[in-house]
Amino acid sequence: MTEPKKLRVATCSLAGCFGCHMSLLDIDEKLFDLLKVVEFDRSPITDIKTCGPCDIGIVEGGVCNAENVHVLKEFRKNCKVLVAMGACAITGGIPALRNNVDLWDCFQEVYHYGIGLENGQIPNDPELPLPFDKVHPINEVVRIDYFLPGCPPSADAIWQFLTDLAAGREPKLDYEMLHYD
Amino acid sequence: MVILTMDKTFILDGKTIPFEEGETIMEAASAAGVYIPHLCHHPEFKPHGSCKLCTVSIGGRLGASCTNKAAAGMVVESETEALNADRRALTQMLFVEGNHICPSCEKSGNCQLQAVAYHLDMLTPHFTHFYPARDIDASHPDVLLERNRCILCELCVRASRDVDGKNVFGIGGRGIKSRLIVNSASGRLADTNLSVTDRAVEVCPTGAILRKRHGFTVPIGRRLYDHHDIAEVPVAGMKEPRSS
Repeated sequence: MTEPKKLRVATCSLAGCFGCHMSLLDIDEKLFDLLKVVEFDRSPITDIKTCGPCDIGIVEGGVCNAENVHVLKEFRKNCKVLVAMGACAITGGIPALRNNVDLWDCFQEVYHYGIGLENGQIPNDPELPLPFDKVHPINEVVRIDYFLPGCPPSADAIWQFLTDLAAGREPKLDYEMLHYD
Repeated sequence: MVILTMDKTFILDGKTIPFEEGETIMEAASAAGVYIPHLCHHPEFKPHGSCKLCTVSIGGRLGASCTNKAAAGMVVESETEALNADRRALTQMLFVEGNHICPSCEKSGNCQLQAVAYHLDMLTPHFTHFYPARDIDASHPDVLLERNRCILCELCVRASRDVDGKNVFGIGGRGIKSRLIVNSASGRLADTNLSVTDRAVEVCPTGAILRKRHGFTVPIGRRLYDHHDIAEVPVAGMKEPRSS
């Protein structure tokens, strides 16, 4: 008997803190069960740098710079189903707290006036992605198929969501798994 | 004991609901233990009818259940897919109109806006975020006014005027420029006679009016709506459910 074809999954973190990915790892030993039905493409877990054709793309974090948009569009182009995971991808989250602060003032505060800084310099390397004046949720840039809220979503919520999706069911979160913080 | 006669009832989602003369649909439903989603309604205060979450179909016409009086024989629908979809859209609009960043908010877990969104299974605010620029007033020694989280329900306005007798709050501006204002020459909260024990401070359904030095005192897992849907959590001041 041949093994059923595994779902190919890509994940990335844009303007996020990797907390959602930590929560993904927090599935613990169930990761072994998960790996029976999925295989990872581009992801911090595999360290593959570009996204190939995938069944599911999971995006953590909002969009705060030009590179974020590039990666997000690459995911949308390659993934049949695109999931916004966590508060930042869905609402902009904590990084969006800067949306009413002038970007230059923000840089000055971080690199010049921050406590303990001496001779601070604002990074200006041409390789650094261009920051945006505001942070946006990813559904304001590309079409998103599913939203998995939480800061981060709990390991149980991620497990429930992924197993529903892998089994071809409409993902459904129980009351206690749905939270925005 | 009140003897309920047949002419003092109406039908809500197929269930017979008794009411007393003068009661609104919302009041009669609450007394019967039936939850209708709401944010600007509070049993202790005069109805405001502004959030529109409690909109129900009354004999085929839409109306706010907090302002429409119950009448004998009326047929009311609340838990329909279409009405809950409208409620979800209204809640989503409230989220994108303000700056509701739950992970950084002291009220998270105890917030009615958030709890109503959970109740309505809101997975995303959906609409384009406004990220409006709103002022914070931290001038008062004991109370923080965080306008980013204000949903203009006017509960603090009503509480300060009708219960505290101080008239500290009001709504200024129009349309999208409406904002919570403070009744002092300077416009600062510190220059009013607001006290931390005022009803106006306690009644805020979101994290817009907060007692200072009380943030995050209840750990995650023990907050009001961590395990219980807002429909199951009694609101202070609500009438005791009538025994049927």
